[in-house]
Amino acid sequence: MTFFLDQLLNGISLGALYALIAVGYTVVYGIVQLINFAHGEVFMIGAFGALSTWIVLGTVTGGSTAWWNLPLMLVGGMVVAVLTAVLMERFAYRPLRNAPRLAPLITAIGISIFLQEFVRLFFGEIPGFPDAKAAIPFPQIDFFTGDPVNVGGVLVHRGNFFVIGALIVCWAFLWWFVNRTATGRAMQAVSQDPDTSRLMGIDVDRIIVVAFAVGAALAAVAGVAHGLRYGNIDFRMGFLAGLKAFTAAVLGGIGNINGAVVGGLTLGVVEAMATAFMPGQFGGPSWKDVWAFVLLILILVFRPQGLVGAKVVDRA
Amino acid sequence: MRSKNLLGGAAALVSASLLFAACGSRTEPSAGSTAGATKTAKVGVIAPLTGDLSVMGIGIRNSVDLALKQANESNEIPGWKLELAPEDDQATPDVGANAATKLASDKDVVAVVGTLNSGVSQSVQPILNAAKIVQVSPANTAVSLTKGADEANPKRPYDSYFRTCATDAVQGPFIAQYLSDTGIKKLAVVNDKKPYGQGLATAVAAEFKKLGGDVVADETVNKDDKDFSTVIDLMKAKNPQAVFFGTEFQLAAPMSQQMKNKGLNVPLVGGDGVKDDKYITLAGAKSEGDLVSFPGPDVDTVPAGKQFAADYQAAGFKDGWSAYGLTSYDAGKAVVAALKQSLPNATDASSARQATIDAMAKVSFDGLTGKVGFDQFGDAITKTMTMYEVKNGKWVANKTASVK
Repeated sequence: MTFFLDQLLNGISLGALYALIAVGYTVVYGIVQLINFAHGEVFMIGAFGALSTWIVLGTVTGGSTAWWNLPLMLVGGMVVAVLTAVLMERFAYRPLRNAPRLAPLITAIGISIFLQEFVRLFFGEIPGFPDAKAAIPFPQIDFFTGDPVNVGGVLVHRGNFFVIGALIVCWAFLWWFVNRTATGRAMQAVSQDPDTSRLMGIDVDRIIVVAFAVGAALAAVAGVAHGLRYGNIDFRMGFLAGLKAFTAAVLGGIGNINGAVVGGLTLGVVEAMATAFMPGQFGGPSWKDVWAFVLLILILVFRPQGLVGAKVVDRA
Repeated sequence: MRSKNLLGGAAALVSASLLFAACGSRTEPSAGSTAGATKTAKVGVIAPLTGDLSVMGIGIRNSVDLALKQANESNEIPGWKLELAPEDDQATPDVGANAATKLASDKDVVAVVGTLNSGVSQSVQPILNAAKIVQVSPANTAVSLTKGADEANPKRPYDSYFRTCATDAVQGPFIAQYLSDTGIKKLAVVNDKKPYGQGLATAVAAEFKKLGGDVVADETVNKDDKDFSTVIDLMKAKNPQAVFFGTEFQLAAPMSQQMKNKGLNVPLVGGDGVKDDKYITLAGAKSEGDLVSFPGPDVDTVPAGKQFAADYQAAGFKDGWSAYGLTSYDAGKAVVAALKQSLPNATDASSARQATIDAMAKVSFDGLTGKVGFDQFGDAITKTMTMYEVKNGKWVANKTASVK
């Protein structure tokens, strides 16, 4: 039983990480019908932004890893990630707003490669910063990386508290933002019909920027969670995480925020369970991705709108 | 694209050799009179110079560079200047093959040191062998590279291939013996499914069972994995006393850290690929007590090792020599020793290629890792291994032994 709970927790915390990134795919898709494949890199840059913040703080504090570093790192990571996403939207996607669907998609892949290489080549050039060509250790903030905590017989890695807590807080914030603020309601309106929204006096360009920024902020939180949980970050970490998060978004129903969260958690739990309980030759860690993608294919075949259901987009 | 490159390479090779045949016949009579002029021979290095494993690859390049520079300074081979030709393989077989093709088509290249990964060597070997270029690897441990796929009937696949490091057949038993000697009865084994990791993990598990131990878990991970929670739980359920992980440091470090964060407080044991200072940096304070084996004696205990460390420092390289510095320096020295036999009688670099292969088989000198020389398969004759343990954030040697 303990073993099962262990796996459930592994799955949920892995899934929470996917979900935080998946929200970014889904929010942007819901508004501009663009699959922003560079979003994985925003996640990576969020992690590097947090690391940079810690290094800069370290010049004053002498590399302290006390808990109060964490909120500052989160803010630092978010600022850098949001800035990257906003610039990306302004200079790469906006000029292609009315171009054929394929053009922004290819652009996204281009930006993704650009950002990876940019971090790889230039992060280490900043005086006092470590070389980013290989993995870099992420600061081990005291409370979240100590010895595991015993919760009812299950030993819990402390990084899990952070990622699950972060998902709950972010989800609650998003719900409030989308449903209770004027900007949030404007986002809903734009996702339903951008042309009419414009006629109603909504600044569509601004709403699109907000969508990118919200996704980037959550991706930065995920970046910090990744660093705390796995202890190191590298310039390529966004690729696979982005791919998995995209899968999660599709699984839940792309365009739907709740869908991204449900999809992320489902994907994480399926991966963990398949690794632990799938018997014989088809079990074990090597097969976890296979089962995750088998699930995706089944969902797409039998429930193309995703688990929760995507918003039906009806556009001429 | 690749076949096109190969074709281009082959064409260049043919035209280069034609050119040379022409040149050779014309300049031969005057060769004696121009003995004072310096000719150039290039020694290639194929290793990952970018990416996760670049720390090790750059260490290999620098150590070979040092060996060549020293040979040039002391005018080891009169009339010849040795030049380094480094190529990046990105730890990927097809990139490695392109690098090999590029070097093979360069008429000045007489020898290649590399690769880091056994998997990359598999695709590099045939290309260099066809061009009669001697290859000395400082890091490949897969047994099949020198003895073929059939272990019972060893057959050397390529005469041009040699290596200065011990193979899985030496390292695996050494690790198993060490663990067994320290009272470990239950071992969990994991590998990353790459030829190196898989080969070593299999060798360790087989010997450990032979010594009466119990291999309680045998798992695999993907080379891009970041999250090992589930594998760790699977192993934890079996209560192992140690975990052997066949991989390189960039996967072993997070594994060690996550093991301890999840309460599996047993040492992680690795092979030569794990022994990099970066492992300790990445795995953090909890890596204390983790073990790795490495070919050769401890560098601090051999006088030549201290000299090497001082020379390396003096050469002013930006990065350290990493895990394979010693075997790479020995490989560089071996190349110089072989070229010393083959180059003086040659009119140009490319015509010395076959002679260099022949000379390499007979090389024998005292290197950093012990006696450097090769058996009939091209494997290193020295089979000394050292076990290192992380103590106070540093690798400390705690046992050196010679393996039969």
